[in-house]
Amino acid sequence: MFEDFFLRALLGGIGASIAAGPVGCFVVWRRMAYFGTALAHTVLLGIALGFLLSVEPIFSVFAVCAIVAGCLVLLERQQYLSVDALLGVMAHAIFAAGMIVVAFMERVRVDLIGYLFGDILAIGTVDLWLIFGTATVVTAVLWMQWRNLLALTINQDLAAVEGVPVERVRLLMLFILAAVIAVGMKIVGMLLVVALVIIPAATARRFVATPEQMAVLSTLLGIISVLAGLFASLRWDIPAGPAIVMAASICFAISLAVPVRSSGNSG
Amino acid sequence: MDANGSAGASRHRPLVSVHGVCVRFGRRNVLDQVHLAVHPGEIVTLVGLNGAGKSTLVRVILGIIKPFSGTVRRAPDLQIGYSPQHVPRDPIMPMTVRRFLTLGAAASHERLDAVLQEVRANKILNFPLSEISGGEMQRVLLARALLRRPDLLVLDEPLAGVDITSQNELYRLIADIRDRHGCGVLLVSHDLHLVMAATDSVVCLNRHVCCSGKPRDVLRNPEFASLFGHDLSESLAIYQHAHDHRHDALGEPDALTPRANDSH
Repeated sequence: MFEDFFLRALLGGIGASIAAGPVGCFVVWRRMAYFGTALAHTVLLGIALGFLLSVEPIFSVFAVCAIVAGCLVLLERQQYLSVDALLGVMAHAIFAAGMIVVAFMERVRVDLIGYLFGDILAIGTVDLWLIFGTATVVTAVLWMQWRNLLALTINQDLAAVEGVPVERVRLLMLFILAAVIAVGMKIVGMLLVVALVIIPAATARRFVATPEQMAVLSTLLGIISVLAGLFASLRWDIPAGPAIVMAASICFAISLAVPVRSSGNSG
Repeated sequence: MDANGSAGASRHRPLVSVHGVCVRFGRRNVLDQVHLAVHPGEIVTLVGLNGAGKSTLVRVILGIIKPFSGTVRRAPDLQIGYSPQHVPRDPIMPMTVRRFLTLGAAASHERLDAVLQEVRANKILNFPLSEISGGEMQRVLLARALLRRPDLLVLDEPLAGVDITSQNELYRLIADIRDRHGCGVLLVSHDLHLVMAATDSVVCLNRHVCCSGKPRDVLRNPEFASLFGHDLSESLAIYQHAHDHRHDALGEPDALTPRANDSH
């Protein structure tokens, strides 16, 4: 019915949405949108290092993201600069470093646009395995740590008293965010990957009463956006990554028109 | 009635005690040589001005901060129920009272109902957290602490954001819970009026313990008076006297356990 590349794109987009949906909820709840954007800026350096060391870019991007996230957590403890300013410094410094490394490499320069804006229609079979592998790991971690992650998000001290290993769960949160960014950049590129994470979660909020409902709905909205964006891209011959993000944004705009559900007061 | 708590220790052994605790942030001494102990069935109230180190001391007792020097001893298998000073209720987080209560410990529907009944907030189980009042939120936090069947309740500013009539009620509630469960209570408060009315012992903190003891004695302590002002100190002494009478005359029916049995 469809060309193979289109089918792979559909599957890849769905896989990425499964990982991005619940993680996006935590990004929204914990106000980590800017943190996510800063992490996405490290993608370029990850890709360049991947080419230099001949490893699959998903792995090198994840590694660089995770290391930067760890550094940010350590730097957060200093009192001198606000986290906000710190993120701005780190993100752009690492992005610039990435650009410089890339400039030395003939092979990558050709694909720069592809990495900035994503190339979902070029997803191969290996990519699909990597995407679904990552989605499985992320979902498993979320499943096992769900209550800990939620308790931590609500109040860190309370969670600590109730036996949540706070530092470990915080690191886990950052790692799965790094993993989602590494996967999402394949779909919509590093400039739009945070949109794929945040917009479905922000849209879902208006229709749910519990965190679990929000995670599920956010995943569904992500999948709907991928389907809508890909078909729009096929129909009108527009770039796929931006079409997906536009579809998600249109869902968000429509959700604003729907009155907020005042959850379960009657029941 | 599970009045004995489960810490196992004798009534005279403290649930938690800190000895000579110092905490430093950078080069600043936030706590200096602090001593404090909470026994089963005892309400200890920590008072002090803003920046006196009250919340820091609480976090030391909870084990979240390691002291720079000094020791913290907890009874073996001590269960702590904690109500933090400020739990932000951001509307971006869809969270019902029911879901919030089960975040700390799994609980059956019956148990959730019973605990909310105990803190007198039984009609709000399915309400969103962001839509309940400040007083209801304090009760929900208390309920979440009670779900852990604590030997020690640590309540950081449990009267914050609560209107003045409910404050009195909430304070009675805390005393009732102590009577019913026999747990120790460590309260942090800057509202001296209510504190003085129902606490067993007061610790006045100003980076160091500037005075401690029974409310009546602390009020007469010159260091306390100089910290909070002589006028306030005197008006509190009168307030406390008046409250004693009212308390005796009312004789709350659901607070049957005489407090004297618990502390001696």
